[in-house]
Amino acid sequence: MKFTWFHLMPWPHLPDDFREKHRSVWVDIPTTLYDAKRGHHVYHDYFDQLEFAEEMGFDALGVNEHHANAYGLMPSPNLMAAALARRTSKAAIMVLGDSIALYNPPIRVAEEFAMLDVITGGRLAAGFPVGTSMDTNYAYGQIPALTREKYAEAHELIMKAWREDEPFAFNGRYTQLRYVNCWPKPVQRPRPPIFIPGGGSLETYDFCLEFDYTYCYLSYSGYLRAQQLMDGYWERVAKSGKDDSPYRGGFAQVICVADTDADAERLYAEHVHYFYNRCLHVYPGFADAPGYRTVKTLQANMITQLTQAQLRNYPTLTWGDLVEKGYVIAGSPQTVYDRMVDLSKRLRVGNLFCLFQVGDMPGDKVRHSTQLFAEKVMPRLKADLFPEWRNEDRFWIKPMQPAERRLAAE
Amino acid sequence: MSLTSRLIDVAGGRAKVRVYEGGDGPPLLFLHGAGGLMRDDPFVAALATRYRVHAPLLPGYEDSTGEERLRTMLDIALHAYDVWDALGLSKPLVCGLSMGGMIAAEMAALAPNEIERLCLVSSAGLWLDKHPMPDLFALLPQEFPGYLFHDVERGSKLMAPGGDMNDINFLAEFMVMNARRLGMAGKMLFPIPDRGLSDRLYRIKARTLIVWGENDRLIPLPYAEAFRSAIADARVVTIPAAGHLVGHEKPEAVLRALATLN
Repeated sequence: MKFTWFHLMPWPHLPDDFREKHRSVWVDIPTTLYDAKRGHHVYHDYFDQLEFAEEMGFDALGVNEHHANAYGLMPSPNLMAAALARRTSKAAIMVLGDSIALYNPPIRVAEEFAMLDVITGGRLAAGFPVGTSMDTNYAYGQIPALTREKYAEAHELIMKAWREDEPFAFNGRYTQLRYVNCWPKPVQRPRPPIFIPGGGSLETYDFCLEFDYTYCYLSYSGYLRAQQLMDGYWERVAKSGKDDSPYRGGFAQVICVADTDADAERLYAEHVHYFYNRCLHVYPGFADAPGYRTVKTLQANMITQLTQAQLRNYPTLTWGDLVEKGYVIAGSPQTVYDRMVDLSKRLRVGNLFCLFQVGDMPGDKVRHSTQLFAEKVMPRLKADLFPEWRNEDRFWIKPMQPAERRLAAE
Repeated sequence: MSLTSRLIDVAGGRAKVRVYEGGDGPPLLFLHGAGGLMRDDPFVAALATRYRVHAPLLPGYEDSTGEERLRTMLDIALHAYDVWDALGLSKPLVCGLSMGGMIAAEMAALAPNEIERLCLVSSAGLWLDKHPMPDLFALLPQEFPGYLFHDVERGSKLMAPGGDMNDINFLAEFMVMNARRLGMAGKMLFPIPDRGLSDRLYRIKARTLIVWGENDRLIPLPYAEAFRSAIADARVVTIPAAGHLVGHEKPEAVLRALATLN
């Protein structure tokens, strides 16, 4: 299995009455709640945590893109990846990712990802999300019903820019370029591995299968609820006639490890509640701009979506509920191991995006949980899960050989 | 006044359009707002007491299809002319409500010799920094009546979806159709309902009547004057005790105003 230590970079200083006083953590949250001098420390603390995760042996360090959002302070994930590129030497840098429909022209993504891949010596794992509706439509003004077409065109442009050796003209509906000429080119040829976050759109399943990209479900609702969606994906994989490598799938999971189950609650519960009650407090009017999902996807998922929305009432969920229902995998190393095995088998995912920093969790607790997982859980999972796919390398980075590389961090 | 409907081929089969029709009198092409037509739409029914009304549904609404090829304001204005052609209309009075007003004004600016009489009812299409409109696309379904009607309670009844919203199957169907409608509307109205119309309004030659509810909470009254001052031959009629859906709340007053355009 591949473990990505993923950071959302939440703002950890939202007030206790945030939920009562503000309708949304996203889109129209007032910036008076932000403090740039505290933000300076927050960013550096978060970089420290990511760098620590490399020392602990995680396969990848993950960052992502959000806008006008207090739980994700990375409007530009490429800046964060660049900062990590010079301070790390082994782990993949997983940018999950650049919302390619938002870059104008999208050739910018081909260029910046190529820069990152060259600087890291081929350690870039490239994510191409459509972006949430909050980011893409409300914060960045893209017309919802045209977002997917624009995304598809941006994808075509970027891939062609990486693939072609000669300059070419690109006559798109949303982008026209007389000279496409991507300098530099990525180290990984023809392209870095591509990860696509999805939320159950049939079109996204098929898109991943067509190009052999890894489909990633980044939910915070935990693995038990994710099973229906991932089952849908694997059914689609089977129908497509492609192999069922677990590395075609990825999942994000909040994980809290302590010496005992009781310690986990004592150490982490308050931070987990901060995350679910403040960071995920999104105004329903911003959740899904009309036109953002296709009618086909809406028809397939609407009843599930309505049912789940009724059940997902975060303020009523206790620590016990969150753990039992799998929102959070928490407890002793043995407990966490058992649940991670359950997760991997149910969802059949080879990629795990692990969220150890949760809400306003401070650095010492983040390190404690990360280290216990790295030393007592991760090696067992790597040894025990998907042994028949041990040599799978189609879906992961292919860095330059150590002898060829200049290691910036050493 | 009862209306009939039929599904017609438009633009050589590139779109299929449901058209509601009824009434006797001079021809009137009615272009609906972002919400589409209501069941037994009271505004269209009132228009049909004086006019021969043709009220096509934009692709994306009910069983009108072909919305994938309509991306820009130009696509949509030309589509409306394609519908006009398919219906074989001759110099109709063109009347557009809200988003439909935006389309109607665009049509009249695009081909000013085609449209002689134009009625813009609480029309979208302009943006005034001093009078920002609420974000239609971030409203919850239960919030709409408050923005659309002067008499909110009566308006809520008018908008009742004709089914049980506690029945999850009905609710799901309603949500899907609503997303499809507003997804189409978003091509004109998202994130700001301005596609450069203000630069083109000078081209309109039609005698233009601008009708507005005095208590319009979605597109407030100053927009009426903004349209009037930009169109060569335009008058404003404001109607008291009416909101954005002025034709639904005060159909008789709107008909009286329209009569002055004959």
